[in-house]
Amino acid sequence: MRRPGAGKRRERGLSRLVQVGFAVFLLAAWYVATTWGEVSHLLLPNPVNVWHQLVSILASGEFVPDLRVTLGELAIAFAIAMSLGITLGYLISRSPYAIKVFEPLFSGIFSIPIILFLPLYVLFFGLGPASKIALGATIGFFPIVLNTIAGFGNVDRVLIAAARSMGAGNLQMFRHVLMPAALPVILAGLRMGFTVALLTIIGSETIASLSGLGHRIVNLAENMDMARMFAYIAFVVVIAAFLNAVVSAVEARGRR
Amino acid sequence: MSRAPSEVSAVRAPRDTVSAWTRLRRWFLRHPGVARLGVILILLVIWEIAARFYVDPNYLSPPSTVVFAFDDVLATNGVPDALGVTFYELAVSFALAVVAGVAIGLPVGLSRFAHRSFMPIILLLYGTPQVTILPIFVLLFGIGPASKIAFGISHGVFPVIILVAAGVQNIKPIYLVSARSMGANRWRILRHVIFPHMIPSFFTSMRLAMTAVLLGVLLAELYVSTAGIGYFTSVFTQDFNPTKLIGLVAILAAMAIVLNEAVRRAELHYGRWRA
Repeated sequence: MRRPGAGKRRERGLSRLVQVGFAVFLLAAWYVATTWGEVSHLLLPNPVNVWHQLVSILASGEFVPDLRVTLGELAIAFAIAMSLGITLGYLISRSPYAIKVFEPLFSGIFSIPIILFLPLYVLFFGLGPASKIALGATIGFFPIVLNTIAGFGNVDRVLIAAARSMGAGNLQMFRHVLMPAALPVILAGLRMGFTVALLTIIGSETIASLSGLGHRIVNLAENMDMARMFAYIAFVVVIAAFLNAVVSAVEARGRR
Repeated sequence: MSRAPSEVSAVRAPRDTVSAWTRLRRWFLRHPGVARLGVILILLVIWEIAARFYVDPNYLSPPSTVVFAFDDVLATNGVPDALGVTFYELAVSFALAVVAGVAIGLPVGLSRFAHRSFMPIILLLYGTPQVTILPIFVLLFGIGPASKIAFGISHGVFPVIILVAAGVQNIKPIYLVSARSMGANRWRILRHVIFPHMIPSFFTSMRLAMTAVLLGVLLAELYVSTAGIGYFTSVFTQDFNPTKLIGLVAILAAMAIVLNEAVRRAELHYGRWRA
């Protein structure tokens, strides 16, 4: 007799197998094509070579200055976006009229690909970190301010009335009613702002800069040092995934 | 007794002005769009004053100058062609991203097994920062339009796959079962049950794809370009010509707004049939 759920479990195992098989197949194809195939090493370096480069990058610690530049830009940009976004969002959310005035304005600007303004920022702030910080802060600002407005603006009226009638002051209202109700939405906005700021900063380093991880990748591409470039790309992808995981974990913690 | 009329008018006159004032206020409160325009105007005035009196004209031009220089920008040798090239890149990569997204999203959504196997991989790929691999696209596809189109597709295809798969999965199984029991074959089920139910999520996915394609194409354009607008943004930046640069960026922003608005309208129009 078959146990109930056995088929489901088998199917789950099978899809896990497909996933692993897919990854193994890609790696094997990559290895075979670059070792015995006719693929140019200038387009696709050998995976073993990439691995050696990655080990050497990590062992020599040469990534540290670039990583420090990128993370520094990200930290400052996010701090600016967060403080401006939450402050303005809170002030706007206090009046339904202000919400009607500003909310469409912000979401309208947010729907433009803001990376377009990068040349203006580079002209204005130069090629250094300042233009990356400014652009990252600009892009990170919009999801944060929009979610702060949504968070504070949509607090259940009944909760507010109940707290008022029980004699809550403004500070108590903020601390015990508004903040807990709005926090999950604001945290989601902060996570989105962080992600887009990170992407924008790496992207603008790729397009026009003097230092940082994005700049390093472009530099290696221009020198046709493909194995090292792939290694750096893998490194940046892991860093980005790690940062996003941290931010998501913070968001999940705050949601509870 | 003779004082009464003047007293009445003395009382009424201020009340009249008050009510006019309140009426004006109420009108403003009923039309937040007017206040929004006011905010934009104030920002433009601040920009104008700052650019005219405080900032080096090598770095920033006042909006009035920019507006009157639009002709200049469009008359610059090659700019209209560059705008055409960029529009062509956007259109082609949007179309291909939607087609490829539906072609992948339908089978992934229709089979539970394929969904469970491949969705995690798709989500993982969607989550990686694609700007890091932009140089690879340029090495593979050259510095012409092909690399921009490819990069735009790689941005736009994932939201379409994910939303189309989700849209297919949300069909109530009873519709499929009843269609089958009434003798519909595979194609008829696709045509009469699955496609109509996909339409709302399909148009939502088109909106997200447009946003993503704009990002991908513009990123690649700004990174390296020989004929598109990326070439001219770097030329204007190196010439310290903020008037033309702001003008060009404004034209592109307008293009982005029009494209976004077109797909958003389509989503509103076609998305409401069942909701």
